[in-house]
Amino acid sequence: MAERAALEELVRLQGERVRGLKQQKASAEQIEEEVAKLLKLKAQLGPDEGKQKFVLKTPKGTRDYSPRQMAIREKVFDVIISCFKRHGAEVIDTPVFELKETLTGKYGEDSKLIYDLKDQGGELLSLRYDLTVPFARYLAMNKLTNIKRYHIAKVYRRDNPAMTRGRYREFYQCDFDIAGQFDPMIPDAECLKIMCEILSSLQIGDFLVKVNDRRILDGMFAICGVPDSKFRTICSSVDKLDKVSWEEVKNEMVGEKGLTPEVADHIGDYVQQHGGVSLVEQLLQDPKLSQNKQALEGLEDLKLLFEYLTLFGIADKISFDLSLARGLDYYTGVIYEAVLLQTPVQPGEEPLGVGSVAAGGRYDGLALEEKVRTTETQVLVASAQKRLLEERLKLVSELWDAGIKAELLYKKNPKLLNQLQYCEEAGIPLVAIIGEQELKDGVIKLRSVASREEVDVRREDLVEEIKRRTSPALCIC
Amino acid sequence: MVVREKILDMVVGCFKRHGAKRLDTPAFELKEMLTEKYGEDSGLIYDLKDQGGELLSLRYDLTVPFARYLAMNKVKKMKRYHVGKVWRRESPTIVQGRYREFCQCDFDIAGQFDPMIPDAECLKIMCEILSGLQLGDFIIKVNDRRVLDGMFAVCGVPESKFHAICSSIDKLDKISWKDVRHEMVAKKGLAPEVADRIGDYVQCHGGVSLIEQMFQDPRLSQNKQALDGLGDLKLLFEYLTLFGIAEKISFDLSLARGLDYYTGVIYEAVLLQTPAQAQESFNVGSVAAGGRYDKLVGMFDPKGHKVPCVGLSIGVERIFSIVEQRMKTFGQKIRTTETQVFVATPQKNFLHERLKLIAELWDAGIKAELLYKNNPKLLTQLHYCEDMGIPLVVIIGEQEMKEGIIKLRSVASREEVAIKRENLVAEIQKRLSES
Repeated sequence: MAERAALEELVRLQGERVRGLKQQKASAEQIEEEVAKLLKLKAQLGPDEGKQKFVLKTPKGTRDYSPRQMAIREKVFDVIISCFKRHGAEVIDTPVFELKETLTGKYGEDSKLIYDLKDQGGELLSLRYDLTVPFARYLAMNKLTNIKRYHIAKVYRRDNPAMTRGRYREFYQCDFDIAGQFDPMIPDAECLKIMCEILSSLQIGDFLVKVNDRRILDGMFAICGVPDSKFRTICSSVDKLDKVSWEEVKNEMVGEKGLTPEVADHIGDYVQQHGGVSLVEQLLQDPKLSQNKQALEGLEDLKLLFEYLTLFGIADKISFDLSLARGLDYYTGVIYEAVLLQTPVQPGEEPLGVGSVAAGGRYDGLALEEKVRTTETQVLVASAQKRLLEERLKLVSELWDAGIKAELLYKKNPKLLNQLQYCEEAGIPLVAIIGEQELKDGVIKLRSVASREEVDVRREDLVEEIKRRTSPALCIC
Repeated sequence: MVVREKILDMVVGCFKRHGAKRLDTPAFELKEMLTEKYGEDSGLIYDLKDQGGELLSLRYDLTVPFARYLAMNKVKKMKRYHVGKVWRRESPTIVQGRYREFCQCDFDIAGQFDPMIPDAECLKIMCEILSGLQLGDFIIKVNDRRVLDGMFAVCGVPESKFHAICSSIDKLDKISWKDVRHEMVAKKGLAPEVADRIGDYVQCHGGVSLIEQMFQDPRLSQNKQALDGLGDLKLLFEYLTLFGIAEKISFDLSLARGLDYYTGVIYEAVLLQTPAQAQESFNVGSVAAGGRYDKLVGMFDPKGHKVPCVGLSIGVERIFSIVEQRMKTFGQKIRTTETQVFVATPQKNFLHERLKLIAELWDAGIKAELLYKNNPKLLTQLHYCEDMGIPLVVIIGEQEMKEGIIKLRSVASREEVAIKRENLVAEIQKRLSES
C-alpha cells in the first residue's frame, strides 16, 4: 500500500514538473523527455489508472435538479398542493414500477415507449408511463368507487428527445381526479375552479381555459358529413388550429386526409367559433346540430357547467372553443386546456394563446424573477475573533434547539468578512456575532445583513429577539 | 400517507433548520455509475432491460448519485438534503419491514473543512429528528473505520479477510458473540485466538472514557490508523458535549456498518425498547445511520480529485411502521383530508347557494367541501362530516337566506350559532385559529 502511495506521489510530482516546463516554454526535447518519464511512472501504477471508463452524466433524457431548481419547484408544488388540499383531496402514492401486465395494452402505439426492467428471475416489471393507469389499478385493487385524490410523481417514457425538443424521459405529472357517480357537472366545475385558482396563484400571467366536449365534436363531425372512420384523423387536424391557420388545416383535411371541400367548409363554420355561454345557447338553436342527440347532450352539459362556473366566479376565464380536440382517445365528455396568454401587439386584437399548461407536465419555462434562495437559514452564528469555536457551537445549538434555522462556518477561526459575505450570498438575513468583549458583557451583537445595523442583545433575550424579527407577520430583518 | 407526510415534514424541517439545500436526481443512473460501489450488495441492484440504448440501473441509495453529481458539476462544497425513493432487490420475507422500494431521507456535507465539526452537526441532526418524532428513547452508536481496521490488524486478522470479518462483526446487534465467533472461525477461516482477541474489543462500548482507555491500550496504541480514528472520536465527543447530546452517544466497537465506502467515523441510531416491546419482538433494527466517506467522489472524478463527505440517512419507512403500529395500538384516528368547513343545506334546490357560498370560502383560502349532489339529505351531509373528521359545518336554507344569516355548527359539540353572512369568513377564520 505504501509503495503505491509513493508511486502516486512520484507521478504527481513528475506531472507538475512537466506542467512547469511547458509553462516556462522549455525546449521540446526536454519536455518530451520528462513526459516519457511520466508515462513510464503511470504505466507502473497499472493500465487503467487515471483513465475514466465512463462518461460522467445522467442518463439520456433525465437531469438532476439543482438547489435553485428545487427551490422553484417547491414553491410551485406548495401552491398546487395547498389548492388541492383546500378542495378536500386525499393524496396517494404508488410504486415507480408496476407489473408489466398491468401496463400492457393500455397505451396503444405508445407502448413501445415504456421502460422495462430486466428479467432478473422475479416478476416482470415496467416503469410507470403515467399516473392514470396506476390509479385505476389502485381503485380496482382496493374496490373503491368514490375518491377525490391527487398524486404528484415522476413518470417515465422512452421518448426520442431528438424528435420532440425539450422532451424529457423522466418528468413530473400532477394528477387530480374525482372518481365516483355524482350529480352532473358539479365535480367538473370544481376541477375548473381548481385550475383557475392554481394558475392565478402561480402568477405566471393571464390565462384562458378552453372548454369543449367530445360529444359535441363527434356530433359536429357527423352532421358535417365526416365518415365515421375518419373521425380521429380529422380530429387531430382540427387540433392544430391553435398553432396554424384555418387555410392550412383545411388543406390538410382535403389534400392529405381525403375530405371533400364541402365537408371541410362545414366544419370550418363551426370550429372557428369560440365564446361564452351565449355560444352554447346559439348552438342549441343551430338547426343542424340540434338534430344530433350526442351534440345536444354535450351542449346541455356545457350549459349547466357554465351556470356553476358563474356561481364560482370564474366564467370570464372560460372559453367554449369548438376547435379544442386534444387527447380525445379516452375522454368521453367535457375536455379542457389552459393556455397562457400573450398581450396582443395591436390594441383591439385578441390575446394569443402561447403555451398550454398541461397536467402531465411542463413545469419548465417558469421563470421567477426574484432571487431564489436555496436554503431557509435565518441566522448565521459568527465570531469576530479567533478561538471562539466553542462559543459558536454552543450558541448555534441553542438556536437549533429553539427551532431557529441557523448555520455556522465549518472553520475554527473564520474571518468576520468571510462570514458576512457568506450571509449575503446565501441570502441569510441575520448574523449573531460573538466577540470577546460581548461575552464579558453578556451580550451578542445581532446584525441585519441588509441594513448592516447592529444592536447588542442580552444572551438570554436573543432567541426571542430573533423569533420576533423573523416572524412572518413582522419580518423586519 | 398523512402520517408519512407529517414525518417527512418534520425531517425536512430539521434539515432546513441546519441550512441544507435540496437536490433531486433521476430514478435511474448509467449502470456503470453504480458498479463497484456497493461491494457484496451489488447483486441487489435493479437493472433496466437492454432496449438498445444506454444500460441503466435504478439507484440503490442517494449517496452514490450525490457523489456523481458533485464530480459532474465540479462542486467542492455543498450541504444538501435529498428525499427520494431507492430500490433494492432484497427478499422482503427475510428482513422484517424491508421493502424493495422505499424512501430515504439523506443529509450530507461535502467539502474540506476543519475536522469533525460537520460530523458533529450530522449527529446533532439525528438527535433532533429522533427526539422530535417522539419515538421513545434511542441511542446512537459511533465507531470509526480506521479504529476497526486497526483493531483487526493488531488482533492478527489477515488484510484479505478484513471485509469478511467486518460483516460478521456487524451482526453482533442481532446475534450473540458466540454465534458470530463461530461464523468467523468455522466459516471464514479465522484462527480462534485471533477471534478471541477481537472479542475482547468488540464487546466494549461506552462514552468518552472508553476512548481514553483505548488510547492507553497497549496493542491498539501501536497502530497509527487506530490512533487517528481515536483522535477524531475524541474531538467529536468534545463537540457533541457542547451540542448537549453526548449522553445519547455510545462509542461502540462492534459497530461495523455494511457499505464499503465509509472511510472514517460511522454511526447508527437504534431505538431502545421497553420490556413490553421487546416481548412482542417488534424489533425494527436501526432507524438512522451514516458516516464519513472521503474517497467516493474521487472515484467519479476523471482526475481523481477528492471531495471529503460526511452524511446521514433517516430510515423513514421503519419509523413510519413504528408510528403506524403505535397509532393502531392506541386507536388513534387519522384524518386523510384537511378540510375545515363543510357547506350543507337541509333544503331542496339549494345547490346554487351552496356553490356560491363555497366559492367564497375557497377564495378566502378556507379548506371546504360540499357533496356532489343536487339535493342531499342533511343527515347524510352531517354523517360525512363525522366520518371525515371535518370540524365545522355551515348550513343555509330558505329561512336563513331571508334573514341574511348562515348557521355555523360545530360537528363535535353540535352547537349552532347564527352568523351574519358578511361576517361568516371572519368568524370561521377566528374559530380555526383558536382551535
